[in-house]
Amino acid sequence: MKIVELQQVEKVYQGVPALQPLDLELHQGEVLGLFGHNGAGKTTTIKLILGLIGATTGKVSVFGEDPTRSDARHLRRKLGFLQENVSFYDQLTGLEVLQYFARLKGVAKQTCPELLAQVGLGDASKRRVKTYSKGMRQRLGLAQALLGEPELLLLDEPTVGLDPIATQDFYHRIEQLKQQGCTVILCSHVLPGVEKYIDRALILGQGQLLAQGSLAELRQQANLPATFHLQGDALTLPEPLAARLQHSANGRQLAVPLAEKMAILQQLSGLAGLEDLDIQLPSLEDIYTYYIRTQCGPEAGQ
Amino acid sequence: MNAILSVANKEFHDGLRNRWVLSICIILSVLAIGLAYFGAAAAGKVGFTSLSSTIVSLASLAVFIIPLIALMLAYDGVVGEDENGTLLLLMTYPLSRWQLLLGKMVGQGAVMAFSTLVGFGSSAVMMGLFSDTDWQSLLSAYGVFILSAILLGWVFIAIAYVISASVSEKSKAAGIALICWFVFVLVFDLGLLGLLVGTQGNVDETLFPYLLLLNPTDIFRLVNISWFADQNLTGLMAIAQQTQFTTLSLFGSLLAWLLLPVSAAMVIFNRRGL
Repeated sequence: MKIVELQQVEKVYQGVPALQPLDLELHQGEVLGLFGHNGAGKTTTIKLILGLIGATTGKVSVFGEDPTRSDARHLRRKLGFLQENVSFYDQLTGLEVLQYFARLKGVAKQTCPELLAQVGLGDASKRRVKTYSKGMRQRLGLAQALLGEPELLLLDEPTVGLDPIATQDFYHRIEQLKQQGCTVILCSHVLPGVEKYIDRALILGQGQLLAQGSLAELRQQANLPATFHLQGDALTLPEPLAARLQHSANGRQLAVPLAEKMAILQQLSGLAGLEDLDIQLPSLEDIYTYYIRTQCGPEAGQ
Repeated sequence: MNAILSVANKEFHDGLRNRWVLSICIILSVLAIGLAYFGAAAAGKVGFTSLSSTIVSLASLAVFIIPLIALMLAYDGVVGEDENGTLLLLMTYPLSRWQLLLGKMVGQGAVMAFSTLVGFGSSAVMMGLFSDTDWQSLLSAYGVFILSAILLGWVFIAIAYVISASVSEKSKAAGIALICWFVFVLVFDLGLLGLLVGTQGNVDETLFPYLLLLNPTDIFRLVNISWFADQNLTGLMAIAQQTQFTTLSLFGSLLAWLLLPVSAAMVIFNRRGL
């Protein structure tokens, strides 16, 4: 089932194109990573899907309906959203804030304490939000997005301000939701460690679609080399590998096209003097940097 | 309906939590009790004086303070949520814009109404207990006064929302709210007086009192003065005395003054970009 469908969607703000024609299809249970530099059109895409703004041209449909129509408002019960930098109501306690949003969403208040406990705010639920740290506000935001077991979850920079353990917990929660059939859009500059959890990535730059596909597909398209880290003082490489060897502060490195990876690995493993070997595949960050650099110029993405 | 009540409930709760309700209650009751008891101090005595002079002097003080409180209470109603990021979030909930706006106005209107009732009501109770005014005339006089004061507060809450929905920064909203207070409370009356003096009183006598209806604070004063028509009046109010507006028609004008900014705020908020 198609949860989100964008057909040639374009958004122009006062003559400035924020998003150039974009096609996107998202099926139930998929997790999409939406990446791009600041002002790349991520938030615009999210707002279009949420129905907060209308497309200049093209068609947006969410759960099969146009999200900007007022009769599609009931669909928002199935939706969870967390935006960047939300600070909530300082004078109310975490629990009161969550209960307020629960009432608006038509979700039973009794689920609130449990939800707060799940995001690690169980002990702080009776404290006023003004005493919360950035990470705690972010958790409260997450709890709010998870109200009423949404079928579509849009998260803009969800792990900002979260410590590593909380980030791990967060990704596990996404995994669980995905298994329950929830569709998730994760939006970010690059998130380290997000690779394992996303099915597909979409990279935007200056309002244009730069690349779209699974991580394996993107790796292939970008054709970035794998890096071999070699250790061993007595190691001498046969030609032509020796010419490609680079020396850096942390040892000797060999950049190998992905297609030749196995052949070279076999060749290397037979060599005397090789003490250790590490293989690093191009990470999401490398792929992202590659697309941004090659298509938006070297300054972009900094 | 449920959504409006949820929002209103949260706003009222917020008002209790950040001590708005408490501070308005204290300010208004100190003002009212103080005036009722020391109102005649200038005449060389303390103690409760006549009901009518108490209410009229209360009204002329309330006309300054109530619009100010209402504007301060509500000026960041929309723009504050926008700066917090909660406006964007709320708009992804199954809640329409007018429901949010109306809910917020109802909630803050309740804060204003509750505080006005408690603050001024306390002075009515004091006067009933410790002076020889009979309860019946006391209640009706204070009833009219408190009701009109609440309406005045609501009018300025609605005006504050018009300001709040039109601007993109909180500080700008605060500045405009202050100017708005200054215009309605001071400049307008001075302007009318200036018009009278400048034309040497040569303005249409039947038309002139109606100009007062262009300002909700003047309507509020007229309501309370028309209730005690035996008072010796000075300034602009004396002019209006010649044209007898009924109390009911004055309340009607206040209601019109409430509906106008409420609808304007809705229209402006609907057009506001996110």
